[in-house]
Amino acid sequence: MAIFLGDEIEEKEEIKALMKSLAKFIEKLGDLELENVEIRAEELTFIIQPMVGFTAQIPQITQKVEKKIETLLKAEFSPPIETYPGTITEVKIGATRSEGGSRRKVIKIGGEKTMPFYSFEALNPNKPAIAMDIFDMPIELAKSVRQHFEDVMHDPAEWAKRQVEDFGAEIVSLNLISTDPLIKDTSPKEAAKTVENVLQAVDVPLIIGGSGNKAKDPLVLEAAAEVASGERCILNSANIDNDYKRIARAAKQHNHIVVAFTPMDINNQKKLNRLLLDEGLSKEQIIIDPTTAALGYGLDYTLSLMERIKLAGLLGDPDLQMPILASTSNSWGAREAWMKSEEWGPKEYRGPLWETVTTITAMMAGGDLFMLSHPATVRIIKRLIESLYGEVNADQRIQDWITDIGL
Amino acid sequence: MPEKVTLLSVYRYLPQTNCGECGEPNCMAFASKLLDRRATPDNCPPLKKPKYKEQLAKLIELIAPPIKEVKLGVGENLVKIGGKEVMYRHELTYHNPTAIAIDVSDTMDDDKIVERCKKIESISIVRIGDTLKVNMIAVRCASKDPDRFSYVVSLVARSCNLPLILCSFDPKILRAALEKGQVANKRPLLYAVTEENWREFSELAKQYDCPVAVFAPNNLSLIKSLIKTLQAIGIHDIVIDAGSYTEGNLLRDSVNNFIMIRRAAIKRGDKDLGYPIMAVPAVVWMVENQEPVIASYREACMASLFMNRFADLLIMHTSEIWALLPVLTLRQNIYTDPRKPVSVESGLRVIGKPDEKSPVFLTTNFALTYFTVANDLESAGINCYLLVLDAEGLAVEVSVAGGQFNPSKVKDLFTSSGIEKMVKHKKLIIPGLAARLKGEIEDLTGWEVIVGPRDSSQIKSFLTKYWA
Ligand code: B12
Ligand code: SF4
Repeated sequence: MAIFLGDEIEEKEEIKALMKSLAKFIEKLGDLELENVEIRAEELTFIIQPMVGFTAQIPQITQKVEKKIETLLKAEFSPPIETYPGTITEVKIGATRSEGGSRRKVIKIGGEKTMPFYSFEALNPNKPAIAMDIFDMPIELAKSVRQHFEDVMHDPAEWAKRQVEDFGAEIVSLNLISTDPLIKDTSPKEAAKTVENVLQAVDVPLIIGGSGNKAKDPLVLEAAAEVASGERCILNSANIDNDYKRIARAAKQHNHIVVAFTPMDINNQKKLNRLLLDEGLSKEQIIIDPTTAALGYGLDYTLSLMERIKLAGLLGDPDLQMPILASTSNSWGAREAWMKSEEWGPKEYRGPLWETVTTITAMMAGGDLFMLSHPATVRIIKRLIESLYGEVNADQRIQDWITDIGL
Repeated sequence: MPEKVTLLSVYRYLPQTNCGECGEPNCMAFASKLLDRRATPDNCPPLKKPKYKEQLAKLIELIAPPIKEVKLGVGENLVKIGGKEVMYRHELTYHNPTAIAIDVSDTMDDDKIVERCKKIESISIVRIGDTLKVNMIAVRCASKDPDRFSYVVSLVARSCNLPLILCSFDPKILRAALEKGQVANKRPLLYAVTEENWREFSELAKQYDCPVAVFAPNNLSLIKSLIKTLQAIGIHDIVIDAGSYTEGNLLRDSVNNFIMIRRAAIKRGDKDLGYPIMAVPAVVWMVENQEPVIASYREACMASLFMNRFADLLIMHTSEIWALLPVLTLRQNIYTDPRKPVSVESGLRVIGKPDEKSPVFLTTNFALTYFTVANDLESAGINCYLLVLDAEGLAVEVSVAGGQFNPSKVKDLFTSSGIEKMVKHKKLIIPGLAARLKGEIEDLTGWEVIVGPRDSSQIKSFLTKYWA
C-alpha cells in the first residue's frame, strides 16, 4: 500500500487547464467503442485448405532457392493447446444475507485453468477484480489522485461511496492507517467502528488493511473481523513476522479471508501459505500478496514472481494455488508518477498512466485482484478486462492503417 | 517438441582441448556459458580454424534460438529484434529489447516531417545508467503516390539516422522508394507482404536483400502460408504482423494470436512461426475526432499490453513523452536480466567540485539506487563525495533487511576509499531508510552519522537545514 506525497508546488496556468480537462478525459478513457467502422467479413477470413504431408517437403524447397514459386504454399495453423494438472483456487469475497453477511454484491476471483487470458486453450472462470483504496484519515496523496475525493477524505463512509458509486470500485480497500502508534494510535475498537460505518455505507465487499505495524495490526484486524462477522472480508495482512495466528483465528471464527503477504520471496510465500493452512484456514480463505513494485522500481521482479507463482499453481503446487492480490496503487510511490518535471511531461497524465501500465503488467502476469487509486486506471482496466474476455463486440478495421491514421 | 539442447550436446561440438583461450578453465565451462547465452561461439578462437568449420556450423545451428534474430538497419543504430528462447523471462532472460518505431506520414508538410524526425531522434531519457530511446522511424505512404513517397523517404533518411520501416502494401511504391529514396543499402524493414502482393514484394526483398514483414490480420494459417512461401523463395529475415487489434473481442484474439505464435515456435518448434512479432498500437489513432490525450494514453496501454505478451517491435504514433516514458521504462524492466541484480562498482564517486568541507553521502551499489541518488545530487548542483557501498546490488531497505548493508562494510569502505583524508570533518550522511544502523556505524567508525531523508530527491532541502 502506498502513501504518497503530493508535491505541493505552485501550479502554472497551463497545468490548471490540464486539470480541468482531466475529468472529461477520464470519462472518455473507458469508451473504446469505435464509430465509423464497417465490417468487411470477406477481408477478415480466409479459408485455408490443409496440406497433408506438407512439412516434410520444405527442406527440399528451401534448398532449391532459385526455383520459381507460382502459387502460395498453403499451410494450416492449429492452436498449440496445453493442459495443466492444477487449478487455482476460487475465492469468494463478500457474503450476501443468505450467506450470513449483508453484501448485495459478491465477487469471485481465481479458479484459473490456464495463464491469464490464454483463452484459446481455456476460459478462466473469473475476471480479475478491482478494489479502490480509501483510508481512515486524510492522508498525503498525489494531487491528481486526491482531487477526485478531496471533499470526502475526512469521512471514510462517504469516501467509500464515492469509489463505488462514481468510480465503479467492485471492492473497497479500507486502510486503517491511523491505528499506527506513530500516527494517531487509534484503538482497535475505534477502528472497528470505522469498519462498521463503511460496511453500512456500501454494499460491496471490503478489504480491511492495518497500518503495517507488526504489533498492532493483528489486534486491529481481530477487532475488525469481529464487527464484520460473517461478511467474508479480506484481512490485510498476515506476515511471517506478525502474529499471523491471531489473524487466522479471527478469520476462521468470523468467516473472512486472509491476505498472506511476503516481500518478494517465493519460498517465504510458500512457507507462510503453509503456516496459514496449518492454522486451519481453508484454501478458499487465502489470497497471496507477493509484493507489487512500481513500474521502474522492481516491477520486473513482481512480474516474474507472479508468473512463477501462477505457473507453479497450475502445475500442481498446492501451496501456490491461491489467487494473487496486486497492490498496484504502489505505483504512486514512483517519482515518475508524482514528481513535477519538464523533461517527463505533465504529471497529470503521466501519474495515472504509470499506475495503469503497472496494473496491465501485473494483470498479464497473473494478478487476480488489484488495489487501485486513480479513477482513470479503474475505467481503462475494467474495459480492458471485458475486452480480453470477449464481452465487447468490436468491428475495428485495421487493414488500411497505413493510409488511415491521421497526421 | 524441439530437441533439447544439453550441456553435453553443446560440448560435443567444441574442440575439447581445454586450451583456455576463451577465458574459461575448460571447454565444459565454456559449454555451460554458451548454453545460458553468456558467450557466443566466436568467443572460442580455436573454433574458427578451418578444420572445425563443420563443427562450428552444427554448433551454431544447435544453439540457434527458436525465434530468429532479425537485424533491421545498418551501422551504429542497427536494431536487433527476436532471438528469443523462452516464453517467460524467469526461465532464462529475454534478449533483444522490443524495438520502438514512431510513424511519419508522407502527407505531412516537408518541414513538419523534418521536425518530427528530429524530435523522435532526440527523445532520450537517462534511467539507471541506460539511455532510453526510440529506435526506428516508420514512414507511411498515405499519399499513394510513388514519387511523393520516395521523396519523403529520402528526406527522412537525410533528417535522421534511425533505421526505417517503409510502409505500403503496394510493391510499386516500395520499389520507387528503394530505387529513388537512397535507402536501398540501409536494410529498411519492408512492410508488408500480404496475400495479394507477395510475388512482387518478395522479388523486391530478394533484389535489395531487405527484411520483410508479413501482414495477415487475425489469420495465422495465412501468416504461416506466406512465411512458408517466402522461405521457399529464399527470404529468411521476416517479422510477423498478425494484426494488433485494440478493441473488444478482436483485442482478445490478437493477444491470443501473439501467445499462440510464440508458443508454437518455442514449445512445438514450428519453424514457420519462429520469427519476431510486431504490433501496431498506432491503430488506436484511427478513431475519428478522438482527443489526442486520450489516444496517446490508450496507445501507451496497448503498447504495454503487447510488449508484455511477446511483441518484439512496435509502431507507435504518439510522440508525447509522458506517454512514451512508461512504455520505455516497461521495456527496460522486462529486459533486465533476472539472473543478476543490476549493480554498479562500489567505491568513491566525486560529484561536482567538492573540497575538504563538503558533505559525504553513503548509498548502495544497486544500479537503480546509485543512479537515482547520483542524478539527484548532480541536478541539485551539490559538490560532494558519494560513497557507494557494495550491498551486492541491492536497494537500501532490502540490503539493510538482508544484512548486506552493515556497519563493518561501511568501515571497510572508509579505508579502501581514503575518504578520511579527503575531508576535514567526520560527518557521514546516510539514507533515511538505513536509520537503524546509525549507532553501530558511529561506534565502529568514530564518525558522526546524520540520518538523511528517505528519498534522495529531498537532499537539497535537507542540506540547507542540516549542513552549514
Ligand atoms: C525490489 C525489492 C526487492 C528485490 C531487490 C532488488 C534489488 N536489487 O534491490 C528482491 C526481490 C531481491 C528483494 C528481496 C528482499 N526484500 Co525487498 N523489496 C523490494 C522493493 C519492492 C523495492 C526496493 C527498491 O528497489 N526501491 C527503489 C530504490 C531506488 O530505493 P532505495 O535503494 O531505497 O533508494 C532510495 C532511498 O533509499 C534514498 N536513498 C538512497 N541512497 C541514499 C543516500 C542518501 C544519503 C540519502 C539521503 C537518501 C538515499 O533515495 C533513493 C531514491 O528514492 C521494496 C518495497 C518498496 N516498494 O520499497 C521491498 C523491501 C525493501 N524488501 C523487504 C524485504 C524484507 C526483503 C527481504 C528480506 C525479503 C526476504 N524475506 O527474503 C529480501 C532481502 C534480500 C536480501 N537482502 O538478502 C522489505 C524491507 C522491510 C524492512 N523495512 O526491513 C521491503 C520494504 C518490503 C516490505 N514492505 O516488507 N526485495
Ligand atoms: S577456447 Fe575453445 S577450445 Fe579452448 S577451452 Fe575455450 S572452449 Fe575449449
